[in-house]
Amino acid sequence: MIDTLRLTAEEAKGLLERGEISGAELFAAYRAAIEERDEELHCYLHVCDDPGGDGLPIALKDVIGTKGIPTTAGSRILERYVPVYDSTVVERLKSHGLRVLGKTNTDEFAMGSSTENSAFGPSHNPWDPSRVPGGSGGGSAAAVSAGLAPWALGSDTGGSIKQPSALCGNVGLRPTYGTVSRYGIVAFASSLDQVGPVARTVRDCAFLYAIIAGRDECDTTTVELPQPVELPEVDDLRGLRVGVPKELNETEGIEPGVSEAVRAAIARLEELGAEVGECSLPLSVEYGMACYYLITPAEASSNLARYDGVRYGHRADAAERLEMYERTRDEGFGDEPKRRIMVGTYALSAGYYDAYYGQAQKVRTVIKREHDALFETFDALVSPTSPTVAFPLGARTADPIAMYLSDLLTIPSCMAGLPGLSIPCGLSDGLPVGLQLIGPQFAENTLFRIGHALEQSIGFDPVPERLRS
Amino acid sequence: MAIDRDQLLHVAHLARLELREDEIERLEGQLNDILEAVSKVSQLDLSDVPPTSHPLEVANVWADDEPRPCLPVEEALANAPERDGDFFKVPPGGTA
Repeated sequence: MIDTLRLTAEEAKGLLERGEISGAELFAAYRAAIEERDEELHCYLHVCDDPGGDGLPIALKDVIGTKGIPTTAGSRILERYVPVYDSTVVERLKSHGLRVLGKTNTDEFAMGSSTENSAFGPSHNPWDPSRVPGGSGGGSAAAVSAGLAPWALGSDTGGSIKQPSALCGNVGLRPTYGTVSRYGIVAFASSLDQVGPVARTVRDCAFLYAIIAGRDECDTTTVELPQPVELPEVDDLRGLRVGVPKELNETEGIEPGVSEAVRAAIARLEELGAEVGECSLPLSVEYGMACYYLITPAEASSNLARYDGVRYGHRADAAERLEMYERTRDEGFGDEPKRRIMVGTYALSAGYYDAYYGQAQKVRTVIKREHDALFETFDALVSPTSPTVAFPLGARTADPIAMYLSDLLTIPSCMAGLPGLSIPCGLSDGLPVGLQLIGPQFAENTLFRIGHALEQSIGFDPVPERLRS
Repeated sequence: MAIDRDQLLHVAHLARLELREDEIERLEGQLNDILEAVSKVSQLDLSDVPPTSHPLEVANVWADDEPRPCLPVEEALANAPERDGDFFKVPPGGTA
């Protein structure tokens, strides 16, 4: 009997290599778990048949293009879209023998923090189905948490890997900008979008990152990793300096239970030998949100211009071409993409460009400089990933700005192109609390090392309490 | 800087979005809330700060000018809402 709730990818790999289970049995075990639990959780938008082979199964956020497998980005406008090519990350997974289990739910075009913006209905948090799994990659995070996949890929623009990982009790990595190809990924905001792993352990996360990272000639923003990925093994953190940015740890809106769990984990960092010191990001947190919600809608309004009903995707009935474009986009896009297209188009329009988009790009420089300065003193920074634990479905849907604040703590480092790792550090009111580690560009190995040591020390049980037998 | 109904309709046209009446009413309030929140960026005097358009310092990425296999026509047209032989077909006219 394969217990998909507890099995890590590393353990599954061992079972396969030692011939203790077959590839078919492993895939079937996840399919059975999906049968059993996904009706309630709605992690998947599409489930695949076993393509054969003996590699590990993996779930993919539905913004990741897969040849012959529907890829909707959570949107009606792509409801019947079936890509004719694989994205580069999928090619890399397949070249390692990995098998696609299915496509996971996401806020429409990865715009959101709860999956409630999915055109196909929200996913539910495995720890408490009346609550959201976070977003936009809530389907991937909930699937890993509920044993419906050993690991998954997500995509992150301002927190869409880290925040759902935090809310579901997983490990999630937003890699350094430029280390993972976006070729074949549905684009949202191209100067921020990154693909990254969601897993049950830091080692699994590092292993999956090693598979997908590296230069791809089809995405000219990508670079080779300066050092190969190291799977973390050591449990002590001597010689490492970890900064605690005051604003990321004390800002208004962080729940007391979240602060408490993160503070306890920071104390463990010291016990493990790290040097911990206070520091400050005075402008990054205060201006990060405003900056992000100008730059990303601007880029999204441009990226989403391609959905015009001509080459693929939904087309509305209309006698004239202009009417066809406008009606196709009205029928195909949900409220959140429309809001962002409108804000972005406005921010880029004549007369407003300098005051909005141009100014936001300068704020971005300020944010990057503030972080760079801290990395002269520290190897990594630590804070809560999300100000709150998983919130009830519907709690933030009426107020876009309340929803935007879900990503307050993840946004600044994303703007600076920095890698961030979220690991579970405890429970608050029975729900997982995520801790984020931020490093300088290309410092994934440092984040894995700290994350692994902390994970061993904390001993968090990633299986949702209600699913433990 | 508040956005009024006329501006909203102008922006919607620029974005090729035909908005329904109920959407226009809802969006007017929401866009003004969002624009007020993001206008915070103008509080900072950044006249001597250069803009960041890309977080990595890479520039001039060159590729050899060599042909590679591309999508066959049938595959490129596989998702077309409407086609005419080897072409995407669209409705006629309009000013767009």
